[in-house]
Amino acid sequence: MHHLIIGAGPAGVRAAETLRKLDGQAKITLIDGEGEAPYSRMAIPYYLSGKIDEQGTWLHRPVDFYAENAIDLVPGRVASVDAGAKTVTLEDGRSLAYDKLLLASGARAVNPPVEGLDGDLVHHCWTIDDARRIAQLAHEGARVVLMGAGFIGSIILESLVARGADLTVVEIEDRMVPRMLDETAGSMLKRWCEKKGVKVLTSTRIGGVYEGGGELNIALSTGEAIKADLLVVAAGVTPNIECMHGTGVESRSGVVVNSRMETSLPDVWAAGDCAEGCDFSTGDLSTLAIQPVAVEQARVAAQNMAGIATEYHCALPMNVLETLGLITTSFGKHDGLQTGERATALDEEQWRYIRLEFHDGKLIGAQTAGHVNMIGCLRGLIQGRMPLGPWKDILLREPHRVAEAYVDLSRGVS
Amino acid sequence: MDKALVIDVGKCTGCRQCELACSYEHTGTFNPARSRIAVFDFHEKGRFVPYTCTQCDQAWCQQVCPVGAITNEDGVKVVDAATCVGCKVCTIACPFGTVNYEPATGKVIKCDLCGGEPACAAACPTEAIVFTDVSVQGFEKMRAWAEKTDTAPQANA
Repeated sequence: MHHLIIGAGPAGVRAAETLRKLDGQAKITLIDGEGEAPYSRMAIPYYLSGKIDEQGTWLHRPVDFYAENAIDLVPGRVASVDAGAKTVTLEDGRSLAYDKLLLASGARAVNPPVEGLDGDLVHHCWTIDDARRIAQLAHEGARVVLMGAGFIGSIILESLVARGADLTVVEIEDRMVPRMLDETAGSMLKRWCEKKGVKVLTSTRIGGVYEGGGELNIALSTGEAIKADLLVVAAGVTPNIECMHGTGVESRSGVVVNSRMETSLPDVWAAGDCAEGCDFSTGDLSTLAIQPVAVEQARVAAQNMAGIATEYHCALPMNVLETLGLITTSFGKHDGLQTGERATALDEEQWRYIRLEFHDGKLIGAQTAGHVNMIGCLRGLIQGRMPLGPWKDILLREPHRVAEAYVDLSRGVS
Repeated sequence: MDKALVIDVGKCTGCRQCELACSYEHTGTFNPARSRIAVFDFHEKGRFVPYTCTQCDQAWCQQVCPVGAITNEDGVKVVDAATCVGCKVCTIACPFGTVNYEPATGKVIKCDLCGGEPACAAACPTEAIVFTDVSVQGFEKMRAWAEKTDTAPQANA
């Protein structure tokens, strides 16, 4: 039995580990498109801020882990897949046969249609190699512009400030992290960043980027122009599924998977940022490029590949973000339903906010700023579909008592 | 893991000795805010509920950690503070809310059973918290409610 895994990020590595635990004999090959020691992108901000070295981003230390577990780590990028012949062809022409294939090829950062994003002073912050380049340019006092205050932008914002950069953030939407936080929380985060000395321009678009004399001239939709030593582009990601073209696999933005992480092709599974599966909050298909979903899907895929029928109960959108010390989170349908009910509590002086969304006597979504204690309960309540009973009325009045509600409901002492 | 913390809420008087003992064991200070066990006071019902990690088999925290900072030591999920980067993804992935971020250290904290001699159980004057064989019925009950959270991938085989 040969399990072939395309991609050596958290999904690919977690699948390889799971397969090795379940089957001591199978041949396991992990194709690493970046040719690095397998690492987690989630650790990149901490590498950039100097909190950890490169090894601190590795998924396993020491890297001997793979050899010791007979996981064959093959550097290379996959050009194409022949699902009929069950072979994978790498860009260098090598061909590898498989019995079972897992597509865990992740996603990559994309550029919006803006002129001038291909220069040497413009970088994404997605791979460890991007981070190395940013580390060279984002020195003390460097003028750095960050395009995009979404989740990725806001998480690297802190690292850029920690490096001593003079930072300006440019965001198209009217607030920070618009897909995770509402106007209240997103605007609070903006004020927080401004208080910490970061310039945040919302409802502003970068019109064009022009390099000259060793610096960038960045034109804004407001008519102004700013000079910078580095532009970091954090404007979204797209699934890496090009290698599946021509296989006939069902795909939308990602490769479509069912609850067993099976694609529409026999003996081909997909997990992580490249997979499009059931979204807990909407019931529709979506790609939720987040670490918890990637590793959970990978484990389910690996168990099924090893012959243990396992179902995944839909992916719950959730994020946690720390921006210069202010911690924000969002879970599930954080913007609620028209037919639902809502509770909010705002303490501007203490930089605290909580918003809960209810439907049918249950919690369906939440977002918070400045709350850290027992925050995971929000996942438990939402994904456990726990009927709130008398707690719903209490939480409508006092949403900050959510952990208490969870403990009471889950311990059956109501 | 043959032994676990078994909590009998009926015996808890709300004295919070467990919180102080936990905090002292892990931080050298008596600071309930830094305790890995928390006592909830449901005063309308006259009930106190000590609450901490059950070392669940799913190990959401360990599975999700991007840098391998949480290890499984004979069933006990332990945070290696030196490896933890403080990304907090385990704090949202744990559906029980029993992994917490500690701003004071920039790391996450959770119950580690004090390496096999839990200070909370030793400090509990009423045996509401005992460290005992996992076959004790109370522990199965605790695990049963944990299962109610249907976040778990369901193995059919």
